[in-house]
Amino acid sequence: MRNAEARTRIFDGALWAVTSLAIAAALYAVFLYAPTERTMGDVQRIFYFHVASAWVAFLAFFVVFLASVLYLATRNLQHDLIAASSAEIGVLFTTLVLITGPLWAKPVWNTYWTWDPRLTTTLVLWLIYIAYLMLRAFAGEEEKTARFAAVFGIIGFLDVPIVYFSIRLWRTLHPKPVIGGSEGSGLHPTMLITLLVSLIAFALLYATLLRLRVRLERARREVRRARLALNA
Amino acid sequence: MSKLGFLFTAYLLIWIVLAGYLLSLFTRQRRIDRELLNLQEQLKRRS
Repeated sequence: MRNAEARTRIFDGALWAVTSLAIAAALYAVFLYAPTERTMGDVQRIFYFHVASAWVAFLAFFVVFLASVLYLATRNLQHDLIAASSAEIGVLFTTLVLITGPLWAKPVWNTYWTWDPRLTTTLVLWLIYIAYLMLRAFAGEEEKTARFAAVFGIIGFLDVPIVYFSIRLWRTLHPKPVIGGSEGSGLHPTMLITLLVSLIAFALLYATLLRLRVRLERARREVRRARLALNA
Repeated sequence: MSKLGFLFTAYLLIWIVLAGYLLSLFTRQRRIDRELLNLQEQLKRRS
C-alpha cells in the first residue's frame, strides 16, 4: 500500500516537472522562436495557445464521450468519475478559447465578438458542458446522475465535430484550417513547431489536471458514501 | 489598446484562469479531505 502511494507520488512529481518544462518550452517558442506574422504582427502569437486550448478542450470532451459510452456499457462508476472530471477541465480550456479568441479578434477584425458560425458553435459547446456540470451538481442519487450524465455526455459531444467543421461548411470570418486545409493554406515550419510544442504542453497540463480532478472526485464520492452510512 | 497590449492581456488572463482553477482544486481537495477524516472518525466512534 505504502509502495503504491510512493509510486503515485513519484509519478505525480514527474508529471508536474515534465508539464512545467513543456510549458516553459512553449512560452519560449511562442515569444522568442516563432517569427512575427507579416499581416497581423505580434498579436498573432495568441494563436498558439488559442488553438492548443481548443484542441485540448476537444480531447477532454472526447474523453467524456468515451467514458460515458463505457459507463453505459459496463455501469462501472470509475468511468463516470473520469467523465465528470474531464468535463470540468474541458470547460476550463473552452473558457480559455473564449477569452483569447475575442482578444485576438479585436485588433484583427475590429470587433471582440461576431455571431460567426465558429464562434457561435464554440459558445454553444461551452454552454452544453456548463449544463452538463450543473446536471451533475444538482441531481440526486449517484447511479441515476451517472446514467443521465452519460447520455448527456454522448449527445453533447455531437457539437464538437460541428465546431471543427464549421469553418469548412459555412462562410465565416474565422481563419481557415492551417493544418489539413485547402491548397495554399498551411504554416511556416517554425510556426508549426511552435504550435506542436504548445499542443504537447497543454495536453500534458490536461493530464496533470485530470489526475488532480479525479482524486478530488473520488474523495467527494467517499464523503457522500460516508454521510449515507452515518445517516443509515 | 495596442496589438502588444492585446497579446499581453491574453497571456495574462490565461495564467490567471489556470492559476485560479489550480487553487480551487487544491482548496476543494483540502476541504473534502478534512470532511472525510471527520466522517470516518464519527463512523469509527459509532461502531
